[in-house]
Amino acid sequence: MDPILLSRIQFGLTISFHYIFPPLSIGLGVILVLMEGLYLKTRDPLFQQMTRFWVRIFGLTFALGVATGVVMEFQFGTNWAAYSRFVGDVFGSALAAEGIFAFFLESGFLAILLFGWDKVSPRVHMFSTCMVALGAHFSAVWIVVAGSWMQTPAGFHVVQSALRSRAEIVDFWAMVFNPSAMVRLTHTVLGAWQAAAFFVLSVSAFYLLERRHIKFARASMKIGLIVAVAASLGSLVTGHSSGRVVARYQPAKLAAMEGHFPASAPAGMYLFGWVNEADQRVTGLSLPGMLSFLVHGDTTKPVTGLTAFPPQDRPPVNPVFQAFHAMVGIGMVLIGLALLGAFLWWRGTLFETRWLLWILVFAVLGPQAANQLGWFTAEVGRQPWIVYGLMRTAAGVSPSVTTGQLLASLALFTLIYLALFVLFIYLLDQKIRHGPLADDLDVAYHRR
Amino acid sequence: MTMALDLNVIWFGLVGVLLTGYAILDGFDLGVGALHLLTRKDEHRRLMINAIGPVWDGNEVWLVTGGGALFAAFPEVYATVFSGFYLAFMLLLCMLIFRAVAIEFRSKQPMRWWRQMWDISFSVASIGGSLLLGVAFGNIIWGVPLNGQREFVGSFLGLLNPYALLVGVTTVALFMMHGAIYVVLKTEGELHEKARGWINNTIIFFIICYGLTTMATLLYVPHMSQHMRAYPVFFAVPVLTMLAVANIPREIYHGRDFLAFLSSGATVAGLMALVAIGIFPNLVLSRPNPELSLTIYNAASSPKTLTIMLIIAAIGVPIVLAYTSSIYYIFRGKVKLDPMSY
Repeated sequence: MDPILLSRIQFGLTISFHYIFPPLSIGLGVILVLMEGLYLKTRDPLFQQMTRFWVRIFGLTFALGVATGVVMEFQFGTNWAAYSRFVGDVFGSALAAEGIFAFFLESGFLAILLFGWDKVSPRVHMFSTCMVALGAHFSAVWIVVAGSWMQTPAGFHVVQSALRSRAEIVDFWAMVFNPSAMVRLTHTVLGAWQAAAFFVLSVSAFYLLERRHIKFARASMKIGLIVAVAASLGSLVTGHSSGRVVARYQPAKLAAMEGHFPASAPAGMYLFGWVNEADQRVTGLSLPGMLSFLVHGDTTKPVTGLTAFPPQDRPPVNPVFQAFHAMVGIGMVLIGLALLGAFLWWRGTLFETRWLLWILVFAVLGPQAANQLGWFTAEVGRQPWIVYGLMRTAAGVSPSVTTGQLLASLALFTLIYLALFVLFIYLLDQKIRHGPLADDLDVAYHRR
Repeated sequence: MTMALDLNVIWFGLVGVLLTGYAILDGFDLGVGALHLLTRKDEHRRLMINAIGPVWDGNEVWLVTGGGALFAAFPEVYATVFSGFYLAFMLLLCMLIFRAVAIEFRSKQPMRWWRQMWDISFSVASIGGSLLLGVAFGNIIWGVPLNGQREFVGSFLGLLNPYALLVGVTTVALFMMHGAIYVVLKTEGELHEKARGWINNTIIFFIICYGLTTMATLLYVPHMSQHMRAYPVFFAVPVLTMLAVANIPREIYHGRDFLAFLSSGATVAGLMALVAIGIFPNLVLSRPNPELSLTIYNAASSPKTLTIMLIIAAIGVPIVLAYTSSIYYIFRGKVKLDPMSY
């Protein structure tokens, strides 16, 4: 088997599995700040009960995020040694900054968030909740900055030494604020907020359907809905900005996302379709001129197509096309659900509209799928480059790692992650069925 | 050896500080894990897990940040070591995963088989993780085969050479001793008394391993003592380390558990300093061709990156130390089980 493909599969597998958890930590962080803030303001025990319940869920997702995240920090070195040697001078500082500014903050204050209820004053506890949420967002900042640098590298020059060439930093801030960093960051963070908001909606809807913990579920659902509406609409805006940056800096990726082949012609946008890469045709339903309009504000302006690039510089088209369209489709459905929920809340019938509650129970999968598909679009769309325009993916792997070793580690991770996934779902289900503990209502916040 | 305090030396020191921080902090919770099966009572096992409960994942961040700092400051080392020690690191990562989820999952279900399963995972992963970390260090000390492209050309079994395994076992012994003192510090009553017994046994175990490792190093790895021969002032480090070990039983005898814990922390730091003095200025020694070694100069990032990283560290590290010590202070005292406990 091809070692490059095996390393790519392993990276894809480990990052996809890891990325189930950080969005929940990021988004739940925000929701916990809202809930605990409401408690501090109103002193209504209901908000305390909510905070404690969601903190327990947060603890579980965080633990799995940490367990699977440590793998990622070392995988650049284990599987992508040539890449690491080439980019370490630039890319390494973003990862190190993530450790110093984000991971310490998150995991340090998590101790107080989870176990410090009786040890600190409510204000200090609230402060810790804020720090955990902030740490989670800092972590997103640095990892998205690093990832964006691979998409739109900036702030460096390539230096040739006797042994090999490598990228060296010229301007740190140009690296941090590389052209795609901020749009990708906002889009990623809003995707994370959606993941948590729909998670809260799903659990709350489940309780309402079961007619359990009614007060708790209604209050949780309202907070979830507010975040869901804001994040879903925000995702649309940031997604559009992100698309414009892709159009400007990575035209081959944009062309693959829409299956646009002519070197320079006005382009439409498909609602859905299927790309036949061999005869360069897309079968599907298209809005003519829409892509030109979104990119240039004019339906007749040309968009660079795939044939403008030599075949060895094109990403795989249909996978990117399908992932992108599925992400957009799911995003639209989520906006619809969030707005419909908000409308029925306003009308006062939300909690009795059982069909919508049923949809919301399962809608938790939507943002998770969209986040994965978005990541897939971005990373597969960057191919065949590991650093866009600079280093090919095939040139980035570790020369000293053999196919046998790769098969062994891939088998190991597949088995362990399957087991972890089953256990995670099982324990999550138990926690949800168990519900908010009754004594969360009367436990004194601050015993000391 | 002439030595100027340049950026490369500073970063050699800073990566060393991060890894030492990791060894001291995660060292005690790996040690608690290694001792976990020595008590059969469920309550004792819960107390031990909850003693490290609030801090273990923060402790592991020292390793993650150490890895990030290595990547940024010495990318060639990061690439060579992690791709070269591929299977060993994959096993280590699996151990760390199992440890993390065992702590999280263990007490979430009441079934005996469930808890037994996670207890074993926790303990085996803690011992295995410590052993692998030690083996990695042993190989860094011993030297590994590298080619002109700075790629590792040895094998997985070659990494399991007797010297590296000895360093691995010594690491397990060190962490067990360190962990036993932490359990004494954090518990009271029956478990406290039991753990006092563990301290005696683990100190003896550690001293035997340490003695053997020292002899083996002097006999078979002579380059490790070259700086100490040239600059006898460095001999203060092993002397202080041994005094720190000797101080542990004394403090325990007088009931000053926290001072005993500081002593074993100082022991860990002393051993890390010994390794640093021995390998400097190499980061990965090439054996049998020492001219192919990765040093703090030929494996480093550009001065500009080292400067940027130094600024990041100068801003970040004091803040991290401030809130980390506050959090340890908040969780001072004996551990008690409550509804939020593991």
